[in-house]
Amino acid sequence: MSEQLLNVRLPHKTFRTPQGESVTALHNIDLRVRRGEFITLIGPSGCGKSTLLKIMAGLDTEHDGEVLLEGKPVTKPGIDLGFVFQEHRLFPWLSVEKNIAADLSLRQPEVRRRVSELVELVKLQGFEKAYPRQLSGGMSQRVAIARALLRSPKVLLLDEPFGALDAFTRSHLQEVTLDIWDNNRTTMILVTHDIDEAIYLAGRVVIMDARPGTIRKTIPIDLPYPRKKASSSFQELRTIVLREFERVEELELVDSSGI
Amino acid sequence: MNQADIIQAPGDALIGEAKKDAATSAAHKKAYRSELRENGKGKAALRGALFPLVLLAVWQLCGSFGLISATLLPTPADIAKTFYELLISGDLFRHLGVSMGRAALGFVLGGAAGLLMGLGVGLFRRLEQTVDPSIQMLRTVPHLAITPLFILWFGFGEFSKILLIALGAFFPLYIQTFQGIRSVDAKLFDVARVLEFSRSKQVTKLVLPAALPHILLGLRLSLGVAWLGLVVAELMGSSEGIGYLIMDARQFAQTATVFVGIAIFAVVGKATDSLVRHLEKKLLRWRESFSG
Repeated sequence: MSEQLLNVRLPHKTFRTPQGESVTALHNIDLRVRRGEFITLIGPSGCGKSTLLKIMAGLDTEHDGEVLLEGKPVTKPGIDLGFVFQEHRLFPWLSVEKNIAADLSLRQPEVRRRVSELVELVKLQGFEKAYPRQLSGGMSQRVAIARALLRSPKVLLLDEPFGALDAFTRSHLQEVTLDIWDNNRTTMILVTHDIDEAIYLAGRVVIMDARPGTIRKTIPIDLPYPRKKASSSFQELRTIVLREFERVEELELVDSSGI
Repeated sequence: MNQADIIQAPGDALIGEAKKDAATSAAHKKAYRSELRENGKGKAALRGALFPLVLLAVWQLCGSFGLISATLLPTPADIAKTFYELLISGDLFRHLGVSMGRAALGFVLGGAAGLLMGLGVGLFRRLEQTVDPSIQMLRTVPHLAITPLFILWFGFGEFSKILLIALGAFFPLYIQTFQGIRSVDAKLFDVARVLEFSRSKQVTKLVLPAALPHILLGLRLSLGVAWLGLVVAELMGSSEGIGYLIMDARQFAQTATVFVGIAIFAVVGKATDSLVRHLEKKLLRWRESFSG
């Protein structure tokens, strides 16, 4: 389709337990991400999907594999690899617009222009001066996304960003995320434990297994956007994904629609 | 048609009237609410003033009826008179100026040193390992116990006074700044790494704002200790300042003047504390805290 952007090759990643034993967290991971792709990583809790994301971001470098961004190894975190955490992690002492700008100064006209563009993109007009404590969970997470986008990352990594939100807010944020992806064509990798969310957003769903964490299967999702969760083609893909899980009898998954 | 117009017209007028009513009643409500709030504030102030006022009244009455000796406990009216005399003679302002100058200089020196040292020790683990144990050891010595040593070394002059105040002001700011830096949420450091903050931005944009509540508390505590140090320094011997005023009056059994001096210490101490609290309110607006 198009060029390779991010290559992850991880023969082995171990954790040391407090008792001193070493436990294999990830095993034999090989993931190639093309520019402009939207990938979702899904798997039972403890399968290492968040660890994999942190490794891609350069936040975790204790492993013997390699992560290549445009052919160059990633050794530390940086703005090319935008990261949205599970919790919003905004600076509580900064207003919305200053949180988005963070270390950049709003006095620079270019920064100001981009920040107000992003405020509009994540639909937070009118809240520029609000403090994080005055925002709802969904709004805070949108600020966090805008903060990552201001740096024009080559890849945006999202670690269960909507996990803690209620169903309505979650589906609204899924729309916002797809809008952004559609507008900016930013490559996105999103970790989730919600099957519907994984299929709804991604061009490819990567299914992971636990103990040791491996990639079990990659399922391309060829449905056109905007997708309808109730459509039969969506449900078919859902069944396929679910069957993958049943095969390993790992049903620790959060099943949001209750089939 | 005509009739309809006639019927219509009063209707419109009524609606217009109703709208105006609504507007005025909204304005009234607003005014009423702010009045309520003002009242609430007034009531709170009154509640706080009740006890001292009753005490003053009883005190005055006891003095007026000759129940207590005027040398031991002059009446509030006598004290007020002495205050007035000291005020118009200019003595009060001269002594107050000297005292505040000393306290300010000692506080600035000690506080700045505490702040800088706290920042350094908070930011650099090596520095912490090198100096923190010694500082903690010195901290346990009551700084007033060092007073005789300072007098032996530097005499009764300004230097030993300033040094005593500075020494007291050092520790609270040092400890609070250090604590503040170490209590910064580690998760926010991950954010700073992901956003590629420079080392200096990490300090100015993350560490300092996050530590600010602690630093401001340290500021308040340091001010309090500086004030305490001032009193001790001036009582141990001086030729001007509020402490001198008190000691001098004591020698001549001018109890009213002693009371004025004590009251001045209390009022100025409280005023500086309120100033920092005001600063706290302004700088920590982002915080959500329990207000009772």
